[in-house]
Amino acid sequence: MKEIYKQYWTRHLRILSVLLVIWFTASFVLGIILVDYLDQFRFMGFGLGFWFAQQGSMYIFVLIIFAYVYLSNKLDHEFGVSED
Amino acid sequence: MDIQTWTYIIVGITFALYIGIAVWTRAGNTSQFYVAGSNVHPLANGMATAADWMSAASFLSMAGLIAFMGRDGGVYLMGWTGGYVLLALLLAPYLRKFGKFTVPDFVGDRYYSRTARLVAVTCAIFISFTYVAGQMRGVGIVFSRFLDVDITTGVIIGMLIVLIYAVLGGMKGITYTQVAQYCVLIFAYLVPVIYISILMTGNIVPQIGFGGTLAEDPGVYLLDKLDSLHIELGFAAYTSGLRPPIDVFFITMALMVGTAGLPHVIVRFFTVPRVKDARISAGYALLFIAFLYTTAPAVAAFAKTNLIQTINNASYDDMPAWVSNWENTGLIGFEDKNEDGIIQYHADPAINEVTIDPDIIVLANPEIASLPNWVVGLVAAGGLAAALSTAAGLLLVISTSVSRDLIKRTFVPDISDKKELLIARISASFAVILAGYFGVNPPGFVAQTVAFAFGLAAASFFPAILLGIFDKRMNMQGAVSGMVVGIVFTTAYIVYFAMINPHLNNVEHWWFGISPEGIGTLGMLLNVFTALVVSRRTPPPPESVQEMVEMIRIPREIEEKT
Repeated sequence: MKEIYKQYWTRHLRILSVLLVIWFTASFVLGIILVDYLDQFRFMGFGLGFWFAQQGSMYIFVLIIFAYVYLSNKLDHEFGVSED
Repeated sequence: MDIQTWTYIIVGITFALYIGIAVWTRAGNTSQFYVAGSNVHPLANGMATAADWMSAASFLSMAGLIAFMGRDGGVYLMGWTGGYVLLALLLAPYLRKFGKFTVPDFVGDRYYSRTARLVAVTCAIFISFTYVAGQMRGVGIVFSRFLDVDITTGVIIGMLIVLIYAVLGGMKGITYTQVAQYCVLIFAYLVPVIYISILMTGNIVPQIGFGGTLAEDPGVYLLDKLDSLHIELGFAAYTSGLRPPIDVFFITMALMVGTAGLPHVIVRFFTVPRVKDARISAGYALLFIAFLYTTAPAVAAFAKTNLIQTINNASYDDMPAWVSNWENTGLIGFEDKNEDGIIQYHADPAINEVTIDPDIIVLANPEIASLPNWVVGLVAAGGLAAALSTAAGLLLVISTSVSRDLIKRTFVPDISDKKELLIARISASFAVILAGYFGVNPPGFVAQTVAFAFGLAAASFFPAILLGIFDKRMNMQGAVSGMVVGIVFTTAYIVYFAMINPHLNNVEHWWFGISPEGIGTLGMLLNVFTALVVSRRTPPPPESVQEMVEMIRIPREIEEKT
């Protein structure tokens, strides 16, 4: 049984690390580190860096959580640890 | 009807609604008082979390701060939403599985130590108090500006309302009033800005509108117009950044991690029935928060444009009525330095004749756009909903910390449920009175204390909980020394710059260019580093604790076949 839990946790950690890389990129990389570089591109009337800092990062955050809900529920089912 | 009558009617209706809900959903036992019986629908919890989280500062002040910070205002937008990703992925589901009532509960059990529990209780109470005083102040300010009563009376009315529904209803009552408060506040925030967006850009969606072109001049982008207005007046372009990137990075991170570590937000995820409900309700919460947060930068850009165009190079005598109305409250002020009868707004303090309080951006928004009087009343009700919902959530954390973490878990373990509930109610009442006192007599360093609350949450709770879940080897020695190092470092840095040597509080003296607002990030890193080093040189945690960690990582254990 412990072996199954361990496999579940490893898979779960993999989901988390992918999503956290996206989280970091959407905010810290695109909205802060590369913001001046991206501002030369125009996106829907905004400088792209400005848009990531004040709009885009937040939309991506919402999507990340819903992606996590979907992926983790699927994983729970696969390993038989779902609460349903 | 005039503005004041509308405001009295709308505020009166919403208050009656909150009290009605509280009477209908009052708590009968400690589980209902602490976590609403863990029986809240995830969608309702998402709304309640959004109202719990969005305070008077989010509703009244944030758009104004962005309007005067330009692109750097993104630190608040990203910082106060990105924390929910951390909360949803790294904390909430596992804490729900843990299944007790408070954050100090987890810290105390996971690190099998009374010291750890007491450190956590102290932090929880301190963080919640610094935060709640600001909310009571917000209630007083809304009352005094819209209803013409003085701040003290306003704070007392606010105290009475919170007292009734937090003390009576506990978490159960608070949850359902917060749902109602979310609806009031989001409606109040969106109505004026949608109207203004249509007026200025012809786009019904403000989030798209503020990137678009002007309705009156379709060849010009609104943000370009705003940039050129700023440059004309000697300011830096609105869409450019002024703060050093490293500081922006650290502040954003501190706000994110601090958000995820705030006890009144974490505890909301104890109120849903299952682990998967905790996950999805974090998603709902952020979605509901994003409705306001993605709108705020649009409010900022619209209002800043309107404001500059209304006041700069205009004659004093031609000012619209709202300018003199808000002049009376001190939110906007003029001084005709060159005595030409014309207002000059300029970056150079020698020429500039206008002083503007950022709060005016949201408060005067409906009047700037000449919206009907009932919209102004709605904004007042929305500001009150934001302040009261946050205050109630914080007061609950304080009362729970006293009755559960101190009395029940530390000093009188065999107390009866009825007595514990009574103590919870009594401590909630005391907390309301104390918060009201600080609302009337705010300490002079309110702004710094909020930064302090986030820095402390970032440097103490977040790493302690995170390591408690993701590092099975983490033990009591590591976690406690990590928390102590994080708290002492962060406190020392903030106290040094904000209170002892305010004149040194600038980028030349900061370590690595990190302001006190962002130092919590460094505090967090020191906490994690210390905890890892110490824990690897001391004995591993007991077998039972390691089993508990394995248990909280799995939503439901598989039944062993015999």
